[in-house]
Amino acid sequence: MESTEIPTKQAHHSELARCLYCNTPVSTEQRFCCSGCEEAYGNIKEAKSAAPEQKPFFSVFAVQDSAGHYSLTLSIKNIHCAACVQRVERGLYEHEGVLTARVNMSTDRLTYSWKGAKEYGDILANAVINLGYDLVPFGGSKKDHSNDQEKYLLRCLAVAGFAMGNLMMISIGLWSEESKLMGNATQDFLHWVSIVIALPAIMYAGRPFFYSAISILKKRHTNMDVPISLAIILASAMSVSETLNHGEHIYFDSAVMLLFFLLIGRYLDVRAKGKAKESAQELLSKLQGTATVLKDGKQRVVPIHELKEGMTILVSAGENVPVDGKVSWGISELDVSLITGETIPKSVKEEDKVFAGTVNISAPIRIIASNSSDTSLLGDIVKLMEQSEKSQAYFVRIADKAAQLYTPIVHFMGLMTFLGWWLLGLAWQLALLNAITVLIITCPCALGLAVPVTQVLARGKLFKNGILLKSGDALERLAGIDIVVLDKTGTLTTGLPTLLDGQYNYRQLQIAASLAVNSKHPLSKAISNAYSKELVSIEKVKEFPGMGVQAFLDDKEVKLGSRQWCGEDSINDPESLELWLNIDGEKVCFNFIDSLRSDAREVVGKMQDAGLVIALLSGDTKQVVNKVAKSIGISTYFASLSPVDKCKYIDSMREKGRKILMVGDGLNDAPSLSSASVSMSPSSAIDITQNTADIVFQGEKLAPVYQSWRVALKANKLIKQNFTIAVLYNICAIPLAVMGYVTPLIAAIAMSSSSLVVIGNSFRLNRIRGL
Amino acid sequence: MDVLVYLIPIALTLGLIGLIAFFWALNNNQYEDLDGAANRILFDEESDDK
Repeated sequence: MESTEIPTKQAHHSELARCLYCNTPVSTEQRFCCSGCEEAYGNIKEAKSAAPEQKPFFSVFAVQDSAGHYSLTLSIKNIHCAACVQRVERGLYEHEGVLTARVNMSTDRLTYSWKGAKEYGDILANAVINLGYDLVPFGGSKKDHSNDQEKYLLRCLAVAGFAMGNLMMISIGLWSEESKLMGNATQDFLHWVSIVIALPAIMYAGRPFFYSAISILKKRHTNMDVPISLAIILASAMSVSETLNHGEHIYFDSAVMLLFFLLIGRYLDVRAKGKAKESAQELLSKLQGTATVLKDGKQRVVPIHELKEGMTILVSAGENVPVDGKVSWGISELDVSLITGETIPKSVKEEDKVFAGTVNISAPIRIIASNSSDTSLLGDIVKLMEQSEKSQAYFVRIADKAAQLYTPIVHFMGLMTFLGWWLLGLAWQLALLNAITVLIITCPCALGLAVPVTQVLARGKLFKNGILLKSGDALERLAGIDIVVLDKTGTLTTGLPTLLDGQYNYRQLQIAASLAVNSKHPLSKAISNAYSKELVSIEKVKEFPGMGVQAFLDDKEVKLGSRQWCGEDSINDPESLELWLNIDGEKVCFNFIDSLRSDAREVVGKMQDAGLVIALLSGDTKQVVNKVAKSIGISTYFASLSPVDKCKYIDSMREKGRKILMVGDGLNDAPSLSSASVSMSPSSAIDITQNTADIVFQGEKLAPVYQSWRVALKANKLIKQNFTIAVLYNICAIPLAVMGYVTPLIAAIAMSSSSLVVIGNSFRLNRIRGL
Repeated sequence: MDVLVYLIPIALTLGLIGLIAFFWALNNNQYEDLDGAANRILFDEESDDK
């Protein structure tokens, strides 16, 4: 998150500083990563009493338990280490009436409960904010369903694992050479023990597959869960019948092992999806805080969802703009990165439009709401994303496609075997046994393993290259793409401005850097990053919002800021990124560029050579986009697009039957990302975009886009090979089974060897060249 | 082979204990905050209060 971004940025430009207490990398100006460490180090004994500009108003979200106590769960920011946890929890326990206080470091949540009035929760929240930790309310107390699903699968997995271990132990005895020496009584005993272990375990751990199979059958479709369920049930049924008839062989071990491996795959899938949902909630939390409304000269704190059109809202520096509207008073700069992906703050003045979700950086402003909060641009983007995600459900996974072909054929054969033998005059029990053998030998072990094994390996391979694959089916979708849509800022470019060489001298850069360290503007940071030597001492530093920084050097005025503010009258290209320095009348210009990722050109070229169409979509102006597209060699590009326009373009391509890979990093890209067949985003993107994307890649390069595509192609090829192998096995085995020649030994060998061959084949994924 | 009559139930009981322990841990939210637990061990002992 924010905290991790600072050290990585610094790492490239200056020596890494570390927190004196916990050794977390920090920026050079700081000595500690957080106030928790500072306190633990013994620097501050008392909590800072800086009163917040706004009283928190979280208690509306508190829930009452049966004992009449209130509890509240909030999202807490800036938790770094044990010291922070201790500081927050101890800080809360010091207050009277606090019953529990617990920080969850994995999810960055703070939960506390208290005795007494509901509103007391605000005082407690205020205490935490005073300790230096930001609190954000999130989604109320809604139950986390994906979490429940995760636990459900984990329980099934544990039971299946337990049963598998014990059954294997017994199976060793049953299948070993010496088993012929054991008496029938012992064999029966071991069979009965297996039944006692296996049947309850299958009933418990098989539920995810059985329920899914039943629900899809009700809709008159079929998926992979149908043959899996059937195979498990039939294998169990046949084993029970063998036991009752004092038969020789049972198959519980195979059934439970299949269940165990399939559950692992399913658990990993649900986990990845749960993470994505979690952060959609975080985004909505931006719309769930409170805002200060000005009415008849009085300030009133109102939950954001109660904001109405026409209200005047005060947004102080550092606060989120709660609702779309127009500025009615004040001048400031807004961080609009959440909406447009642009890192350069946008300056706003009276009558300018502002959007919910942007952050007011420099000075307080008043805005008049132009609509209520749920119809804001941010609200629209969230809605668009939700819609697009639903529309993606049309994608049919390879395994399910295979199942749709495979299930009817196999089941038809089973039926024919039964009818055939029965009509030939065999007893119906024996005919049924032959039919069941056909179904078991075609057990989709290999089919069931073909996809998950390959995907687990592909995931591992990509992970080593700094690419995080979030959903398994993303690989299948990625392999089918024929057009790549790229965003410009932050995707093709690094998104961070860098200082260009120009007509400034060393001393001017030194003065500029001395001024720049006092500002958090990205261009100022770029200057600081470009200059790492000694600074000159300046006095009376003052930052003017939207204009620049002013200070005095040896009683002479120095200014660093916008062109007009530094007294330069000439007008040139409005698109160029520049800062002016005015040293007592001596003016100099610093130019910046949002530089391209170092391998952007090469990667785009490689993909074009491989036959992919590349398109560039950007919210930026035509000149800028034109220049970038030309320099990289992209002929299809569109400029000045809004988030909705981007999404429309993707949709229109999709309607033409194209399969799209979208790569983007801003919130403005999020709807397009979820609308595309498959999506990627760099790890520098904001959380919500990363979570929307199917694949997240790290680093300064664009190469991961190409690498992932290559791995996906290879994985898909292997999956298809695996299916072929599995089907070939079945083609050889089915006639034997239909004829009734299959002995249990042949069945066992055929089943396990086809699985082994499939697993072995999947390992060839590690042998892709040129990555 | 009579020994199996004792050994198999013993083996199953041991396994079941492990399974029950896992279920208990899951229901008691022991897996909710893995990072926090790793850090909490670093807390200094409270010498004066509690």
